[in-house]
Amino acid sequence: MSAVVHGDDHEHDHGHEHGGHHGPYGGIMRWITTTNHKDIGTLYLWFSFIMFLVGGIMALAIRLELFEPGIQFFNPDLFNQFITMHGLIMVFGAIMPAFVGFANWQIPMMIGAPDMAFARLNNWSFWLLPFAASLLVLSFFMPGGAPGVGWTMYSPLTVQMGMGMDFTIFAVHILGMSSILGSINIITTILNMRAPGMTMMRLPMFVWTWLITAYLLVAAMPVLAGAVTMTLTDRHFGTTFFNAAGGGDPVLYQHIFWFFGHPEVYIIALPAFGVISQVIPAFSRKPLFGYASMVYATSAIAILSFIVWAHHMYTVGMPVTGQLFFMYATTLIAVPTGVKVFNWVSTMWKGSLTFETPMLFALGFLFLFTLGGFTGLVLSLVPLDIQLHDTYYVVAHFHYVMVAGALFSAFAGIYFWLPKWTGKMYDEKLGQIHFWLTLIFFNMIFFVQHFLGMAGMPRRIPDYPLMFETWNKISSIGAFGFGLTQLLFLYIVLKTIRSGAPAPQKPWEGADSLEWTHLPTPAPYHTFETPPVLK
Amino acid sequence: MRGSRLLGLIAGLAGLVAATSAFAIPWYFQTPGSQLARDIDHLHQYVMWLIIVIFVGVFGFMFWAVYAHRKSKGHVAEQFHENTTVEILWTIIPAIILVVIAWPVTKVVIAQKDTSSPDLTIKVTGYQWKWGYDYIKGEGEGISFVSMLATPREQIEGRAPKGEHYLLEVDNELVVPVGKKVRIITTAADVVHSWWVPVFGAKQDAIPGFLRDMWFRPEVTGTFRSQCVELCGKEHGFMPIVVRVVSQEDYTKWVGDFKKAQLAQAEDPNKKWEAKDLIARGEKVYGANCVACHQATGKGMPPAFPALAGSKIVNGPKEGHMDIVLNGKPGTAMAPWGKQLSDTEIAAVISYERNSFGNKSGIVQPAEVKARRK
Repeated sequence: MSAVVHGDDHEHDHGHEHGGHHGPYGGIMRWITTTNHKDIGTLYLWFSFIMFLVGGIMALAIRLELFEPGIQFFNPDLFNQFITMHGLIMVFGAIMPAFVGFANWQIPMMIGAPDMAFARLNNWSFWLLPFAASLLVLSFFMPGGAPGVGWTMYSPLTVQMGMGMDFTIFAVHILGMSSILGSINIITTILNMRAPGMTMMRLPMFVWTWLITAYLLVAAMPVLAGAVTMTLTDRHFGTTFFNAAGGGDPVLYQHIFWFFGHPEVYIIALPAFGVISQVIPAFSRKPLFGYASMVYATSAIAILSFIVWAHHMYTVGMPVTGQLFFMYATTLIAVPTGVKVFNWVSTMWKGSLTFETPMLFALGFLFLFTLGGFTGLVLSLVPLDIQLHDTYYVVAHFHYVMVAGALFSAFAGIYFWLPKWTGKMYDEKLGQIHFWLTLIFFNMIFFVQHFLGMAGMPRRIPDYPLMFETWNKISSIGAFGFGLTQLLFLYIVLKTIRSGAPAPQKPWEGADSLEWTHLPTPAPYHTFETPPVLK
Repeated sequence: MRGSRLLGLIAGLAGLVAATSAFAIPWYFQTPGSQLARDIDHLHQYVMWLIIVIFVGVFGFMFWAVYAHRKSKGHVAEQFHENTTVEILWTIIPAIILVVIAWPVTKVVIAQKDTSSPDLTIKVTGYQWKWGYDYIKGEGEGISFVSMLATPREQIEGRAPKGEHYLLEVDNELVVPVGKKVRIITTAADVVHSWWVPVFGAKQDAIPGFLRDMWFRPEVTGTFRSQCVELCGKEHGFMPIVVRVVSQEDYTKWVGDFKKAQLAQAEDPNKKWEAKDLIARGEKVYGANCVACHQATGKGMPPAFPALAGSKIVNGPKEGHMDIVLNGKPGTAMAPWGKQLSDTEIAAVISYERNSFGNKSGIVQPAEVKARRK
């Protein structure tokens, strides 16, 4: 991205003049009533961090039980509840809201807009989330506890669950509503509120990836809502969508779920790609190698993501032609994904690299996400997937994509933009310690899980045969290290907000999007009330 | 310096892998016991070598840039970007590599799906939480049994030392002859399960209400162990799969012995039992089938798994009690036991429940159960 911006001094003065204004309310009411994209972005990010801790505690409970063979701490029923809620909370409560938080903060500033298109809708999109999250967490306290069905909520196991299942279904409905509203807002903002001269092919890559993600969300979330609604009516109103005795089919649920579920993977991954595409050029002091091909590759990934869903279901017993179609379509995704990885590496090639914390996380992302991509290639091949499906290999694979992919990218983004958001610099040394500990413990947890899966350990079991003990011990120790390391992250962020050194307008030499080139640090409460002029 | 730390990490991981082979900690596929499993192993190695080459290539570039093109070394950024030739090349070459991978894989997929002309056909039924095996065609036709976890609860709960085959041992093993094509038909009685024997590269979900099939041809004799691989509720981790592959002679002998034992064991449902004997028998049936949910104390885990102690059904009329045990309760984990247990076993377990956990409500004779079956 190389938008050349002409400074607009009036804009700056205006920003400072009203810098202290936060709307008509103070205190808690400011946050409840706010329609400001920066406030709402902050809310999303804190919310997602809290959910990250809640989901993380469940992960630690799982790893605690799996530390050694035998049932020590949690009965198998509660264990299943933990794996279900860990998945749902991390996907819908932690990762997705984190990137919506980035979108809220960054998109208006990056395209030169004063705010999001629908400011009040934006407020509501966020405030739906705490209610959905409460429903999820409250399901633990219902008779029968939370559902113990896995985050995929396969039927007909869901029919056997208690009231917690209904809580979860309603929570998914609300989360979906929030996502769809947020997406409509993002699409409208990007298409209609760009500053004059900010053509589509000049948009920062982060904005492009979010535009495509938002379309994916609008297309995929209603499908999930449909699947869980059919589950709800099967449970309570005598329908038999997923019950063979009444003419239904349990596999139909899996088809509908994964028609949502696979695009969902890219809903999480694409904004992460976007953040990386901002960070790598900034610390390479060199423009993104192939801007146009990155846009096309992202679009190709999005379109392909709708025709590969049944690769999650090779073992349900589909016809050989079905297996071959979904296998070929899935391997095809490797092409645009490869284009992205090659572009990032070429961007670094012959640059002038420095390795501040955001860049470290971006490199960690690049290295480990590619590893997760390769295990994805292994799993896309039917015979290999038949051997590895529903084993710990799959658990390792998707945590490389979700944690080393999405989470590392979110950390990169937070360290990158924190100076712009708070006006203060984080502690570089602590940031780097956070990166290295996260990297080491992450691999300790998940690298060994590839071995477990290949040796034959099924996923979602509360107890395991003796031969799996060593890897599970290493994995559990890694998990506790990883968990504690994230408290260091919380400390770093709080320390930055309270006592960080003042940050300059553009702390990163190579950063070139509007928030760095055109806005003071910290970004004033209202920005770009008159659009910047781009040449 | 940071690069060297990362290298250290990689070396450490490699060392870890090397160390494990020395201590025989499993980290790779189990030794293949069929052509399919061997094909899978070969494909995996083939793909992994390709991946390693690409990985080293791509990240060779990245780490070279990290090493050589750093600002601290005074490297000045060049501002080049976009190169159509390069971009077309790195789109087309991966696509060609994919075709190279897809060709051998497709052949294995087609072979894997070919379940025609088997020597032996066995239906596998997934129950919460055990497996039912019915030999439906070929030598041994008519043999039918249920296979469930044989590991004692004390080992799971840490009150006894764990045995060698902890969680991978069953009361009745599936027995098949070596060298014969075995077709497995899967289905389930309640929720989705998945039947897997890694040594044969054979995995197939068991879908309630539908039949699916797959095959394997075991090439070596021995006992091969695995577990259910689709989350199927509370005891998902406790329904192992054990297959014993035997020589043709041993198989014929096993079939004969099994049928003889079946005849000898057949119980007359019209026999009148003493209360004491019936309750003692029922305790065993309860321990094998009911204890996971209703617990040894009969207190259950309400509300998902209700208590039997003081239960209205257990202390109410016998008919209601027989109905729920025979037919189950739809929409809950309570299975219809009528299909899995004999009249005597059902009468015994009902009698046990009605005279344990503080309950006192008389016994039920096998003949009554037989009459109550629909």
